Amino acid sequence: MTTTTEKSVNPQAGKAGTPLLEVRDLHVEFRTRDGVAKAVNGVNYSVSAGETLAVLGESGSGKSVTAQAIMGILDSPPGFVTQGQINFQGRDLLKLSEKERRRIRGAKMAMIFQDALSSLNPVLTVGYQLGEMFRVHQGMSRKDAKAKAIELMDRVRIPAARERVNDYPHQFSGGMRQRIMIAMALALEPDLIIADEPTTALDVTVQAQVMDLLAELQREYHMGLILITHDLGVVADVADKIAVMYAGRIVETAPVHELYKQPAHPYTRGLLDSIPRLDQKGQELYAIKGLPPNLLRIPSGCAFNPRCPMAQDVCRTDIPVLHPVTDSRGSACHFWKETLDG
Amino acid sequence: MGRYVLRRLLQMIPVFIGTTLLIFLMVHALGDPIAARFGDKAPDPVVAAQIRAEFNLDKPLWLQYVLYFKGIFTGDFGTAFTGEPVIDLMARSWPVTLKLGLTAFVIEAVVGIALGLVSGLRRGRLTDTVAMAFTLIVISIPVFVLGFTLQYLLGVKWAVIRPTVSYGAPLNELILPGLVLASVSLAYVTRLTRTSVAENLRADYVRTAVAKGLPRRRVVTQHLLRNSLIPVVTFLGTDLGALMGGALVTETIFNIQGVGYNLMQGVRRQESATVVGFVTVLVIVYLVANLLVDLLYAVLDPRIRYA
Repeated sequence: MTTTTEKSVNPQAGKAGTPLLEVRDLHVEFRTRDGVAKAVNGVNYSVSAGETLAVLGESGSGKSVTAQAIMGILDSPPGFVTQGQINFQGRDLLKLSEKERRRIRGAKMAMIFQDALSSLNPVLTVGYQLGEMFRVHQGMSRKDAKAKAIELMDRVRIPAARERVNDYPHQFSGGMRQRIMIAMALALEPDLIIADEPTTALDVTVQAQVMDLLAELQREYHMGLILITHDLGVVADVADKIAVMYAGRIVETAPVHELYKQPAHPYTRGLLDSIPRLDQKGQELYAIKGLPPNLLRIPSGCAFNPRCPMAQDVCRTDIPVLHPVTDSRGSACHFWKETLDG
Repeated sequence: MGRYVLRRLLQMIPVFIGTTLLIFLMVHALGDPIAARFGDKAPDPVVAAQIRAEFNLDKPLWLQYVLYFKGIFTGDFGTAFTGEPVIDLMARSWPVTLKLGLTAFVIEAVVGIALGLVSGLRRGRLTDTVAMAFTLIVISIPVFVLGFTLQYLLGVKWAVIRPTVSYGAPLNELILPGLVLASVSLAYVTRLTRTSVAENLRADYVRTAVAKGLPRRRVVTQHLLRNSLIPVVTFLGTDLGALMGGALVTETIFNIQGVGYNLMQGVRRQESATVVGFVTVLVIVYLVANLLVDLLYAVLDPRIRYA
């Protein structure tokens, strides 16, 4: 059941060169007291320089766990990568020593976390936390590192950076804190940034500002960006392609506009239908019935089958492979054609 | 900040008056100090009256207290029944207890935090299990049992140290008594640090520090430990006072003539001057230690600001 997605769609088809990051058949499990939770079950995706991949899914879909496995910050134990490859700039990260991976973390790939207040150290100044990147990775002096920190804060448009460099995280507003997180990720101009729900904890107006800033900086530095989110609204404007995850698998992958126009998986369709729309004001909002599966007991066959309006017998027995829909699209549904037409 | 400190210092005045009064009354309630001195024999009325007059015991209680309090401000803490001014007694015993208490404090802080950090980082593994079992045993053993056992084994049987501390209490002889005095607190510090470390280890900011590519050593010392120490510092601060006042058992075992030793003598002889004097200074030590903890809090955790 793990070979299902192996020779499926190559989302890079049509594009030249090898991708910056390529995740192949990644499996991650959490060995807990209650049993083994299979959080990631054969994920494949890739990101090129300058490209934005949005990974979409409910909580528990494995989107964050995949990101943590890429960064090498999985809580282990209980989390273990059991299978797969993570090729980054031509090297399989899973084969590197912890020391080698540490050098890559922060310098070549960086991560932006969801809640900046809890993700920044409450007892250290932002200047210290920003400067630490330069001091540790480049051996810079304390003074030079602080100058760099001020520069970075300017770069992410934090007003009065020079005066605020010695402030603590709690003295900033939510949006400003997230800018500091972005500045920290950007510090060493990495080639890949993973943003794990970067705007979830923010007000809607601030969300847009932070997203715009992130997109702008990505263009400027020509970085690959993996944007993890459950918010379809955030995705539409910034992403190039989308991978929709469910129960640790990618169920659909497509260029962003094609997916919005014509989903090829019932789950994606359900997600799109549950977005409130102005032209349907007053009507009851659609919701996907049921709950995300328990990762300790993933349903047999297609994991989505208990919630799927189109489920047939085959869905309860056979795990669908990621069928190529077009050159650049894939859907892991036995009835992708019907869904596409539907 | 300055205002805050000033306010805290001013708050000490009523506490100071209250405790002295309370202790004064409690000692008085113990009974007649003259009778206690003479034991079974009835005291000679003339001598008794003379002593009463000398120590103001013939005056009404409230006046005794006022006279005592007046004395304090002129540096006169009264006189012990031995004829020695209480202030001299304190000057002799406080340095000894201070040395013992600080030795214990350093042992408990350094060993306790180190042990707690290691077990917190390796929670559930062998090191942790052993450390936790060890602290549980230490907590369960009464201090005097531990004290006498170690004194017997190290001091008498194997004779690697002097069984009792010599006059003047040199620092090297205070290491074992310090360890005995620190033992229970050390176990608490270990457990407290361990819980705090294990909890903070899962914090988001630690994950961020790892994601930044920092070496593990730096993640632990700069990011994890500082946050984890906040509750530990509270305990250590309040314990500093307890170590000074609670050294009685240890001081008795190792024949150290410190505060606890003299305080006990005072209580036995029902000498209000000695007891009130020593306890008052103890109270002040407590208060100052608490103030220092609160100030250190603000240094450790910038989210706390005093105004």
